[in-house]
Amino acid sequence: MNLLGKEMYKHRFLYILLLPTLLFYVLFQYVPMYGVLLAFKEYHIREGILSSPWVGLANFRELVNQSDFWQAFTNTIIISCGRIIFEFPTAIILALLINEVTKEKFKKFYQTVYTFPHFISWVIISGIMFNFLSESGVLNQIIASFGFDKQTFMTDPGLFRPILFLSSMWKEIGWSAIIYLAAIAGINPELYEAARIDGANRFQQLMAVTWPSIRGTAAILMILAVGNAMNGGFEQVFNLYNPGVYETGDIIDTYLYRSAFGDGLSFGVTTAVGLFKAVLNFILLYSANFMVKRLGGEGLV
Amino acid sequence: MAAQTVKRRKKISMPDVIIHTILILLTICTIFPFYNVVLMSFSDSVAISKQIVYLIPTAFDFSAYSYILHEPRFLNAFLVTIFVTVVGTLINMLVTLTGAYVLSKSGFPGRKAVMSGILFTMFFNGGLIPFYLTMKNYGLINNLFVMILPVAVNTFYMMICIAFFRTLPVALEESAKIDGANEIQILYKVILPISKPMIATIALFYAVDRWNEWWFGVLFMTDVNLLPLQALLRELLTNYQQLLTSISVSSVVSSSSALQPEMLKMAVLVVSALPIVCLYPFLQKYFTKGVMIGSIKG
Repeated sequence: MNLLGKEMYKHRFLYILLLPTLLFYVLFQYVPMYGVLLAFKEYHIREGILSSPWVGLANFRELVNQSDFWQAFTNTIIISCGRIIFEFPTAIILALLINEVTKEKFKKFYQTVYTFPHFISWVIISGIMFNFLSESGVLNQIIASFGFDKQTFMTDPGLFRPILFLSSMWKEIGWSAIIYLAAIAGINPELYEAARIDGANRFQQLMAVTWPSIRGTAAILMILAVGNAMNGGFEQVFNLYNPGVYETGDIIDTYLYRSAFGDGLSFGVTTAVGLFKAVLNFILLYSANFMVKRLGGEGLV
Repeated sequence: MAAQTVKRRKKISMPDVIIHTILILLTICTIFPFYNVVLMSFSDSVAISKQIVYLIPTAFDFSAYSYILHEPRFLNAFLVTIFVTVVGTLINMLVTLTGAYVLSKSGFPGRKAVMSGILFTMFFNGGLIPFYLTMKNYGLINNLFVMILPVAVNTFYMMICIAFFRTLPVALEESAKIDGANEIQILYKVILPISKPMIATIALFYAVDRWNEWWFGVLFMTDVNLLPLQALLRELLTNYQQLLTSISVSSVVSSSSALQPEMLKMAVLVVSALPIVCLYPFLQKYFTKGVMIGSIKG
């Protein structure tokens, strides 16, 4: 014990430097965590979280009886699966395409253009989309000029999910591709040399050299995507959806926000929603990690 | 690699044509929506009402911009966002750099515990309501610091800093230590000066995040005067009529019918995105260099 004390005293300046970080994680990450107790309580404002009475699983029972919750739950799963099916591979394909561009200047140009929308917030992007896709927007002008009927893109429940996928791809694809391009940049050129000597054409080189070297990166990004499956992309959906598309577009997070601050579900029930979601995410993350390791890849944790 | 380049330069092959066609189409798709917004923000209202703002500028009418510059509520939101960006980024850097420096060292008691405690928060949190109630307890409702303190560290960025600090040669520090400097002095006088490119990169990323703040504004601000720019923009986009009746008594909109709602919306969009456009050349200079590579493995 004395030894530990001595050791800590020796590093006392490090602990001083660590203090702000520690305070941040305790105050803003761990203190809110104890609030999940509310999921098993009935929240009384006067009594605060700790003294509010326990109600067992009543909040969860109320939750499973909400049809809107199940709608949001299903939508979240469908939207997240869609993202993994459509958005995940396109980033890899884009990275491979950019990598095939031989001139460094062009490569840089494409990368610069595609990455830009990543830094613009969903609020601004939603404004751009409402402008572009509105009744009198550019897309409808084009459609009309070809003699077709105008579409109500943003309020059509059937179109909402495709619009989510496409707009998310449009915004994030360049950024996601960068991570793969960084991995590709680390490949030893001699590998390509050897493949060419063996007579491999461009496509064969891609399959035999490029792809194996980014597979590990893809696996880790996949684990993270699966571990986020219960989120479904709150910032995007919240800025794009409207009551007309709730049936296909309402996700758990947007449902949670509306019912806690608008439609008046109790804080106990809405905390239960959050806990339910967080636990599922955690389980999904670990399962995906387990699967990747099982398949011979390097996992995240 | 070089041999490959030389070989291909001689003739343009079919795959090259296909690849470039796809990439150029994608470029147009990426740029055009932004271009269109900029066009609309200063085209005249006649053109907009006829719906002919399309590819080329029809006019240069800056009334939407002058309206924004004279409307107190927009100016106010501007000031809020600037405050959050400047003070927020400073606090971000202070906490992130000190924390990352300490955690990049090994061999002091408690490091492992702190590290796993931090990593755990990447995969689990208490959810929206407990977070909201905690901030309320801290007295952060209607307080500008709610957009700064709860986001003081981005764990992902901190991991990048840790990975960077680990690559620095130990010898530098050792010699400073022999001269009798403690770790705080070492960080300030030795480490930070040689980490400038990394610091600039992380600061830019934080600044962009703070500038784009809207969600905590929506969640925690009941006083409309404390809304950041992007939260006000959101109001403008979703509740245009309501917002206008609440703010414009003597403003340009009511006095001249020339200003169309679409123009105003587009002008606010442009103004909110402009700082990012200005910062972007500096941003992209670094991220392509692979600053992010080591980070992905946390």
